Amino acid sequence: MVSYRTPLSRARGLGAAKHGVTHWIGERVGAIALVPLTLWGVFAVLRLAAGDYAFATHWIAEPLNAVLMVLLLGISFWHMQGGLRVIIEDYVHVTLNKSALLVLNLFVCALAGALAIFSILKVALAGGGAF
Amino acid sequence: MSDAAKAPRERPMSPHLSVWRWHITMASSIANRATGVALYIGALIAAAWAIALAKGPEAYAGFKGLLGSPLGLLVMFGLTLSFFYHLANGIRHLVWDAGYGFALKTANAASVFVFAFTAAATLAVWVIAGMIGAL
Repeated sequence: MVSYRTPLSRARGLGAAKHGVTHWIGERVGAIALVPLTLWGVFAVLRLAAGDYAFATHWIAEPLNAVLMVLLLGISFWHMQGGLRVIIEDYVHVTLNKSALLVLNLFVCALAGALAIFSILKVALAGGGAF
Repeated sequence: MSDAAKAPRERPMSPHLSVWRWHITMASSIANRATGVALYIGALIAAAWAIALAKGPEAYAGFKGLLGSPLGLLVMFGLTLSFFYHLANGIRHLVWDAGYGFALKTANAASVFVFAFTAAATLAVWVIAGMIGAL
């Protein structure tokens, strides 16, 4: 596709000129939060793997467990959306393919994250059972 | 005639894997992305766990049966490796962001440490899992 815009016009308003370092810092703060959250997650997986359904529902009804699990899932899906986004931007150069993959990545993360968090809250607030 | 009138030159593309001898720093950088993608799939498995839990006892038992199968355990083992690698190397990235750890010796040593930590931590978690009956 031929563009008649000058390089300066394309560069204006992009990157640091528009958002400063907010996005960059946000990625790092998310990563820092995931260090303790994911270590807790390993502990959680071990306990849940050793237990059955009844144990899992009781365990997730504990406020601290429910909140940490929601935070772990939410920040993880946010972090991985940003991570795969960079990979797509690095390796896919056809604008249409790149845009489609970026949107797909965002939608998959948002949908899976929302479903996971809603499920946790449902069990934590109302107990297990059919949807 | 100015330079701007010419067609844009072919830009160099990343990664130039074929022209470099493998270094441990290069391997640890590539592994960071690879484990990140693996953990992406792991997070989708975690979402499936949450959905199965909300669906009820049968769905939850089915999900646990799937993860407890030989293939499921293999996936979980790979995810454990990926997690500890991405954790250690992610902390290394944060140290880099703070401006430290770029000296050649430090970078090489940190790469070795990250790989060694990954192996040790993964082994430890699976030994614990075996001891508490989580397998």
